[in-house]
Amino acid sequence: MSPTFAGILFIGSLVVALVLTHRPVGDYMYRVYTSARHLAFERVIYRLIGVRADTEQRWSVYARSVLAFSAVSILFLYAFQRLQDKLFLSLGFDAVPSHIAWNTAVSFVTNTNWQAYSGESTMGHLVQMAGLAVQNFVSAAVGMSVAVALVRGFARKRTENLGNFWVDLVRGTVRILLPIAFIGAIVLVAGGLIQNLSGVHDVATLAGGTQHITGGPVASQEVIKELGNNGGGFYNANSAHPFENANSWTNWFEIFLILVLPFALPRTFGRMVGDKRQGYAIAAVMGILAFTSVAVLTGLEIAHNGTVPQAVGAAMEGKEVRFGVANSGTFAAATTLTSTGAVNSFHDSFTALGGMLTMFNMMLGEVAPGGVGAGLYGMLVLAVITVFVAGLMVGRTPEYLGKKIGAREIKLASMYFLTTPVLVLIGTALAMGSAEQRASMLNSGPHGLSEVLYAFTSASNNNGSAFAGITVNTPWYDTALGLCMAFGRFLPIVFVIALAGSLAKQAPVPASAGTLPTHRPQFVGMVVGVTIILVALTFLPALALGPLAEGIS
Amino acid sequence: MATPMLRQAPGRAPEPQKNGKVGGGLLDPKQLVISLPDALRKLNPTTLWRNPVMFIVEIGAVFTTVLAVTDPSIFAWAIVVWLWLTVVFANLAEAVAEGRGKAQAATLRAAKRDTTARRIEGWQAGQVAVSWDTVGAPELKQGDFVVVEAGEIIPGDGDVVEGIASVDESAITGESAPVIRESGGDRSAVTGGTKVLSDRIVVQITQKPGESFIDRMIALVEGANRQKTPNEIALNILLAALTIIFLVATATMQPLAIFSKAQNPGIPDSLALTGDGVTGIVLVSLLVCLIPTTIGALLSAIGIAGMDRLVQRNVLAMSGRAVEAAGDVSTLLLDKTGTITLGNRQASEFAPAPGVTAGELAAAAQLASLADETPEGRSIVVYAKQAYGLRVRQPGELAHAEWIAFTAQTRMSGVDVDGRQVRKGAATAVMKWVRDNGGRPTEEVGDLVDGISASGGTPLVVGEVLDGKARVLGVIHLKDVVKQGMRERFDEMRKMGIRTVMITGDNPLTAKAIADEAGVDDFLAEATPEDKLALIRKEQEGGRLVAMTGDGTNDAPALAQADVGVAMNTGTSAAKEAGNMVDLDSNPTKLIEIVEIGKQLLITRGALTTFSIANDIAKYFAIIPAMFAAVYPGLDTLNIMRLASPQSAILSAVIFNALVIIALIPLALRGVRYRPSSASKLLSRNLYVYGLGGIIVPFIGIKLIDLLIHFLPGMS
Repeated sequence: MSPTFAGILFIGSLVVALVLTHRPVGDYMYRVYTSARHLAFERVIYRLIGVRADTEQRWSVYARSVLAFSAVSILFLYAFQRLQDKLFLSLGFDAVPSHIAWNTAVSFVTNTNWQAYSGESTMGHLVQMAGLAVQNFVSAAVGMSVAVALVRGFARKRTENLGNFWVDLVRGTVRILLPIAFIGAIVLVAGGLIQNLSGVHDVATLAGGTQHITGGPVASQEVIKELGNNGGGFYNANSAHPFENANSWTNWFEIFLILVLPFALPRTFGRMVGDKRQGYAIAAVMGILAFTSVAVLTGLEIAHNGTVPQAVGAAMEGKEVRFGVANSGTFAAATTLTSTGAVNSFHDSFTALGGMLTMFNMMLGEVAPGGVGAGLYGMLVLAVITVFVAGLMVGRTPEYLGKKIGAREIKLASMYFLTTPVLVLIGTALAMGSAEQRASMLNSGPHGLSEVLYAFTSASNNNGSAFAGITVNTPWYDTALGLCMAFGRFLPIVFVIALAGSLAKQAPVPASAGTLPTHRPQFVGMVVGVTIILVALTFLPALALGPLAEGIS
Repeated sequence: MATPMLRQAPGRAPEPQKNGKVGGGLLDPKQLVISLPDALRKLNPTTLWRNPVMFIVEIGAVFTTVLAVTDPSIFAWAIVVWLWLTVVFANLAEAVAEGRGKAQAATLRAAKRDTTARRIEGWQAGQVAVSWDTVGAPELKQGDFVVVEAGEIIPGDGDVVEGIASVDESAITGESAPVIRESGGDRSAVTGGTKVLSDRIVVQITQKPGESFIDRMIALVEGANRQKTPNEIALNILLAALTIIFLVATATMQPLAIFSKAQNPGIPDSLALTGDGVTGIVLVSLLVCLIPTTIGALLSAIGIAGMDRLVQRNVLAMSGRAVEAAGDVSTLLLDKTGTITLGNRQASEFAPAPGVTAGELAAAAQLASLADETPEGRSIVVYAKQAYGLRVRQPGELAHAEWIAFTAQTRMSGVDVDGRQVRKGAATAVMKWVRDNGGRPTEEVGDLVDGISASGGTPLVVGEVLDGKARVLGVIHLKDVVKQGMRERFDEMRKMGIRTVMITGDNPLTAKAIADEAGVDDFLAEATPEDKLALIRKEQEGGRLVAMTGDGTNDAPALAQADVGVAMNTGTSAAKEAGNMVDLDSNPTKLIEIVEIGKQLLITRGALTTFSIANDIAKYFAIIPAMFAAVYPGLDTLNIMRLASPQSAILSAVIFNALVIIALIPLALRGVRYRPSSASKLLSRNLYVYGLGGIIVPFIGIKLIDLLIHFLPGMS
């Protein structure tokens, strides 16, 4: 099998699997978020945390709940790491240094899972399981809750109520993430991943040295790492580590897990707004962007431009021979198109333009299909902006799904799309402006610049993947990237919930022939165009001095 | 008693066509020159900051001027000049748009002369002998009574409370034919500044001092207190956000550029890039090229021009908000009479009784109607001529004929000539007349009459007495005639997603017949003002925006409730107060045009925004290689336009950016071409023209400018 054919087969089978799961999973999530019934187990939780599950929240209360929950989570996770050495199952590791603990706490709560540490040599099993893995579930559930709140804003009329955050959070965790993760973990164990509580084994290698191999509950963490678009690996090598990603088909399955929920959410959206075609349109936008990205990225890697790859015959540097070029390219695209950030190869070692594409994927705002929930709300905000410009061009006050896009809506949508580019660009500029921070770069020239740009893009967009190369576990980077992660996550969330609030209050305008149809290929094409052009215009100068300069010399 | 002072209208400026209204909406290059001083005045930063995009350009222009002074070069000064021109061009667009309104305002001011008024203290209805004192028009208060006679100017807005007069309203409407204003009813409103041509009226003043209709008109056309409309505000927010993004993108590029330059120490400094990074001049040029200057420059001109287009169609919108709402309207309430149908019923068929030919009936009907001056009567004569080729005889030709006029008692009219008596009129009256003269109307005639009534028409029976024998000749079918082209208009409306509802006082049967014929979507029969109001509320409950026209005082609540309420200028003051637009021509069909203008306004904004953003792609292809190709020669592959040198590339982009504003002023003033069609089709068309066009045009434009300017010194 030629690499190209293998690549096509790999990608093709993924597309088929995602198309097949789109409806049932989407419909299932629709039922989860609209059902009036509480499971007995959920009722216990509500009683424990003191939530009246049947009361609904206004946008401001909903937003406060999200922020409060996340703030408490960060504090808890920080304390957990700082007190690691006092707790059991620490494997004898010391307390995590404060700047790394802060960075990691923010990173996991924001669904970023940027790792400024090596998992196997820093965190004990308890922190991994009771701290990080828990956040892997709930941070993903938070993303879905916010998305569902926005969808309710579109679906409801003349109300202040957006649902109850605590109910959405619990249901997302208990009914969606846990069951799928449970099955997924078993599949992964069957595929060769490890799942135990053993400590560090010292193994004598063939070359005569010793190797420390840490065992642990890997499969259970791996599955939610992909499913919840978290990306924080048990091991530093992440999904390139054989215990995390054993072979080509676990690799396929992990990519599938990354994409399954984000691609099914548009279906949930379509069902909730009562027009499935709207969901298909959003799924189509995500699909077109994702497919193009995967195809181009894989194509660039297979074509392996650049002096060294040409000389050795393939762009294999930084890639696992288990997976090969195509599978690595697809994984890289999937992980950056979503907010996962797990890696099975070093993006640093990709061809310059291939590496640029991984950055571009994140710069899109991770909307194709994006993080669990975050992708949907990001895409809906882009749809709102598209509708605004397109709606004016058909001679009406722009409206999306019957809701008018007026000054307040466009203000919130604008602030949403301003947030991450501003964080990325200012962060990169600060780092590049300081000789001390530049010293963290592994490479010089445009490639070094790409490393810094990638780090800030990844953190601000809550991706968490690393270009590698760059040394980021310095206090400055830990703090700066932590701030980027926190602002990049919570500012947009507040804007989105506020947007949902102002949409829910409106009475819908009935559709007529004069209304811009938002379910046709025409609109899909427009959203794709607006997304790409907005991002390209924003980041072209930075990209030109980084990967582009390197790639087209 | 003070002597009444009659002030003849002082010599007015010669009236240009339609009172100086600018026709067509095309841009006269002379206007650019005339508006230049205004444009320069608008450079004042204390006013310019209201337009954030252009304000940024101005700051950039000041900054580059300082840089050019400290470190002069031809390139630097060329950029400085063109940056200033960019701001001036933007101001020019606004000034030209305003200038057109000012011309209008000047002629209106001419109407607002120092008028004096003859005020009557304590006027009572029916009072004949009155005493008055003469006061200046500005001293009049609400509720004062004034008397105005032929040749005098009406001193303020008010209602006629006594008398009837013909009034010349050309000062406001541009229409020279005088109109009748009379007390009571719906034609009682008079406007200050108009002139009484005949008779004498007593007017009760309804305006507050200084808030007359003319004052408001002047303020409106001058755009003096122009408020930003909701969509304009939203668009401004989006433009501000884009501006911030590009501001950040250009500013944060600097450390990256310094780093890149430092990594390649062997490369000499260029005009664009030195060891200190991208030079200030180039950085500002990039910023100005990227931020949405095209739409930023034209946005307010588009709004002013939109109002102006309404004024050119003799419609005054009291707020820009109303114009925008017109574009969003989804339900149009149209009065049947005068809007959908011609005002009067017209003969449309001759249905002969058994034993009579249609030709005979037509001849008799025409004969009976020759002296009938009512519109119905005339329509019978005309129809008989058109359908049966019957020559119209003048009543005078039948010298010995005796014409019987219509009276409310007889309810018929006709003629006695050459021993023949012909009558036409209400079915019961004519049938009775035939019976009285010994005739026997057949069953069939009764069926014909019922049939016509059932179809929504009005039957007129024609009978004759000839040689002592009376008989019914047949029935004339009078019906409401739908104006030509209405069905097509309503089809267009449907395509635009607008529902049309006909309002009529007719019974449901008649209403349905006309509604079907005209092709409206729905009708409201036997409508009372309350029904109208209820219908509007119902539509609005469902999230629809409603537009309607009205003229009577009883329309006022509905006009106020409607999102777009167009009051007829002939209507009462109450109606004019309640509506948010006034149609000076009092043409109810104009509502349709108003909707189109509203849509055109929004489309123009959207199209130019799209164009503006799409332009950025080409500018990046010009400027990025110009800045960085020296350091990274590979980036020269981005120079797909093959521009001559970095300097000429940057200058060309800046020049293009400025010239495109000037080039688009006519479009901004005229509005994007709008043809009623579905939203999808409109979007496709506009996307191709302004989206795709916006991507391609600057590539060509920048290349052409580069071909010209690369000969300039300092460009290589």
